[in-house]
Amino acid sequence: MERRTANARCSILDLREEIMRAKLILAGLLATTLICSGAFAADLSIVSGDTGNGREFLRKQLDRFEKETGNKVKIVAMPANSSDQFGQYRLWLAAGNTDIDVYRTDVIWAPQLADQFLDLTEAMKDVVDQHFPSMIQSQTVDGKLVAMPMYTDAPAFYYRKDLLEKYKKPVPKTWDEMAATAKDIQEGERQAGNKAMYGFVFQGNAYEGLTCNALEWIKSSGGGQIIEPDGTISINNPEAVAAVDRAKGWIDTISPKGVLAYTEEESRGVWQTGNAVFMRNWPYAYALGNGPDSAIKGKFDVTTLPSSKEGQSSAATLGGWNLAISKYTKSPEEAIKLVKFLAAPEQQKERAIEIANLPTLKALYDDKDIAAAQPVITNWKPVFETAVPRPSAPTKVKYNEVSSMFWSAVHDTLSGNGTAADNLELLEAKLTELQGGSW
Amino acid sequence: MPISIVKNTAFYALVAVIVVCAVFPFYYAIITSFRTGSAIFTIEYWPTSFSLANYVNVIASGSFARNLLNSIIVSACVVTLSLLMAVTAAFALSRVRFRGRSLLLLTILSVSMFPQIAVLAGLFEVIRLLGLYNTLGGLVFSYMIFTLPFTVWVLTTFMRDLPVEIEEAAIVDGATPWVIITRVFLPLMWPALVTTGLLAFIAAWNEFLFALTFTSSTETRTVPVTIALFTGSSAHEVPWGIVMAASVIVTVPLVVLVLIFQRKIISGLTAGGVKG
Amino acid sequence: MTASPTVRSELLRQRSRSARLFLLPMILALAVVAGWPLFRTIYFSFTDASLTNIDAAKWVGFKNYLSWIQLKSGRTIYSGLLVDPAWWNAVWNTVRFSVISVALEAVFGMIIALVLNAEFKGRGLVRAAILIPWAIPTIVSARMWGWMLNDQFGILNDLFMRVGLIDHPIAWTASSDTAMIAVLIVDVWKTTPFMALLILAGLQMIPGDIYEAARIDGVHPVKQFFRITLPLVKPALIVAIIFRLLDAMRIFDLIYVLTPNSAQTKTMSVLARENLIDFDKFAYGSAQSTLLFLVIALMTMLAIWIGRVKLDGGER
Repeated sequence: MERRTANARCSILDLREEIMRAKLILAGLLATTLICSGAFAADLSIVSGDTGNGREFLRKQLDRFEKETGNKVKIVAMPANSSDQFGQYRLWLAAGNTDIDVYRTDVIWAPQLADQFLDLTEAMKDVVDQHFPSMIQSQTVDGKLVAMPMYTDAPAFYYRKDLLEKYKKPVPKTWDEMAATAKDIQEGERQAGNKAMYGFVFQGNAYEGLTCNALEWIKSSGGGQIIEPDGTISINNPEAVAAVDRAKGWIDTISPKGVLAYTEEESRGVWQTGNAVFMRNWPYAYALGNGPDSAIKGKFDVTTLPSSKEGQSSAATLGGWNLAISKYTKSPEEAIKLVKFLAAPEQQKERAIEIANLPTLKALYDDKDIAAAQPVITNWKPVFETAVPRPSAPTKVKYNEVSSMFWSAVHDTLSGNGTAADNLELLEAKLTELQGGSW
Repeated sequence: MPISIVKNTAFYALVAVIVVCAVFPFYYAIITSFRTGSAIFTIEYWPTSFSLANYVNVIASGSFARNLLNSIIVSACVVTLSLLMAVTAAFALSRVRFRGRSLLLLTILSVSMFPQIAVLAGLFEVIRLLGLYNTLGGLVFSYMIFTLPFTVWVLTTFMRDLPVEIEEAAIVDGATPWVIITRVFLPLMWPALVTTGLLAFIAAWNEFLFALTFTSSTETRTVPVTIALFTGSSAHEVPWGIVMAASVIVTVPLVVLVLIFQRKIISGLTAGGVKG
Repeated sequence: MTASPTVRSELLRQRSRSARLFLLPMILALAVVAGWPLFRTIYFSFTDASLTNIDAAKWVGFKNYLSWIQLKSGRTIYSGLLVDPAWWNAVWNTVRFSVISVALEAVFGMIIALVLNAEFKGRGLVRAAILIPWAIPTIVSARMWGWMLNDQFGILNDLFMRVGLIDHPIAWTASSDTAMIAVLIVDVWKTTPFMALLILAGLQMIPGDIYEAARIDGVHPVKQFFRITLPLVKPALIVAIIFRLLDAMRIFDLIYVLTPNSAQTKTMSVLARENLIDFDKFAYGSAQSTLLFLVIALMTMLAIWIGRVKLDGGER
């Protein structure tokens, strides 16, 4: 009743529906004839929350895939906000949505959505060895390969070459050295007239980004990785407490108080207007910082993040995007072909050269063409070697809650609600309760 | 005389304060939309640079015009349908005595008490069941959940306050309820109709969550989703200039709509010449 | 009046017949669009449903709301939504936010409506200008304000510092003292037009000759407002307040964009979304949504009771 009125009101809708219905019938006919003739070509949909450039680039590769295989692939675009994407995907998958075949997933999602994705172990067994084992590992849940890595991401330590030179300071290797250098330069620059100068900016808002930041502080201080790969809750230890306390000391001294509300863009804003000596951020800030209208063009460089002391290895949280296939897909064969195609060396290489996405294939880091076209990727190699995964694999469906508890505990400490020791002890108790019998 | 001058000045000062408060953020959005790159991160009160690059970007994004049209179609259908159902329902609820009337009014109200996020999963099932997934019809349909209770309630309140005498004559002439609604009530209800219609239109126009969940192709998406889909050239980067430019473009039709309908907003009983 | 009793009752019967017919489409539409989803959510709140496998949901009774276990020592441990401090914190945030924001909006909305109801040059443009905040999509205005409230390059800090209101930049959305204020500022700015326009519509329906008579009698304008305007515009005002209240209690997108994880601004809807979608606790989130529904219903009843709205106040 309701529907009929709606359609009568909007004749355009009516027409659309007619066309859709006709298309469907046509598609059905086509499909049956094709199945009979044995050559199966499918209409696939891939959903991606990538940026505009990323989508255009993906379209280009899909065009090639269409030409090679005869399938048609449609891109369903999603907002860049990864929390929005995750929510939609979860709903779509829960409702058994058959309209989407391939999902582009964040590195931390696969274990949470594992039940609704196809197992790719068999289909990918001849290619998995080409990828970094840590990446394949991060996408493997209970022996099931949930998603194929498409490209990866890891943050780095950005520093102002010109300022370090001006104040004759070396590139800091430890967090304490970093804080001291930042303080000196900040004070010097403020006296020289730049009142808005700060020493270090990072992502301190209470969100997934803070989990990444704090995990790096703790891991690089020998304080473990919140929850170890075997599922042990390790967060309550002296090294971790010291690491969070150290970060607490930065607030309102070398970092603005507002850093507690900063995500990636806010920190980049302060950094790119020339108002910060150091920054922790993802690779995207590199190209933008060297853009024609940037105040710090050519004045900065990147290296690995500091660690607690000499000899302690640095840490960088592993990010990146993967491809997973919905178990509700109508054409799993073709979807697997598509995922294999997009994760293959040729496509990853092109991706690295054209839009500077970091490859997940070991061999490509020694590739001459990539080194020539995107030297920044070679810069990232050492960063990448210290990459640490978030505990999404051991905690499975509970990861989001774990992460939320962790960033809340850290954010509370940074904003002065309780000491690091108390908050981490409380966190341990809460995590144990959440864990229950097993993750 | 001096008193009235003081009064007038105070009045216009108040008007000025209201307008500045309402418009300043929008003004700031407009001047931001004329800037690009790092300039976004600096504070400016006046338009110091003027570049239409962001607007060109928005319009050149291909589907923007299409999405704008979708928004217009969806919002217009939502408003027409809800007003149509609401006017007749409001007549029944306000001018006809029947049992369970207050209960019905409360039930209608309670429909709008559920958070959008909580009905999302169930509504998704219904929409797929009816075959409305990824169609504009699906959006029109789902938007009823928030426009219908609102329009019914507001129109009921207004209709109830109209004096009894006005329909007396029509009843005596043997007019049917439908005639009474269209000939007697509608002319008197313009301010309420236009206002509720406008508010419902804007609510539908701005809706984001349903529009994102119930569509999966560029051709069926509405403007708020499109705006959320504008991205910078790299991950994390927020394209402020482009988002602002798109927002300005989206807001303009609504301002025009208000200007068109404002004669109706201010007509009302005084024009109808009805004595209270 | 002049009609005979039999004709009159025939007319009444016809009226109630058409009334039923008139109500039908609306009721049908609401039943389909709202009834089923509401039923599902309430049903899930009594199960152990998870979004990863929604069909395997099993009935667990009131466990999501309240359950307890008796320890051997005789101590009873309660768990569930009704004893969840995070939930009650969200309830308190929501109520605080709704009451303050709706009160402010009602006052500002009334002032704006009175101004717009007066005759002056450029009224049309002012009316259009007033609507702009309401017209900008929430997701955009929330981000826009997030930008304006930024501590380093936000224009608001700059403005306040120039005027001398503050002496150092405030991190509005970051600091726990100001997060709620920031949300309130944006919400009042955004939704006052809604209030103003509904009140204006109410003002417009007041017959002009009442004021004429009052003016001739020399009634003071302030007295005029409290004796004539306010009582006559009250039904419209109450409806506006009720709908704003409903909306404010469910507030989601603004907070989700502006201060998504701050414990000071986390409202019931935001918490429900977190459990429904982000965490693997669909049933628990459904229970929160259901309880949110009950809390809102309670508040609305209160508003109706305080406003003494006659639900059954029709003349015929």
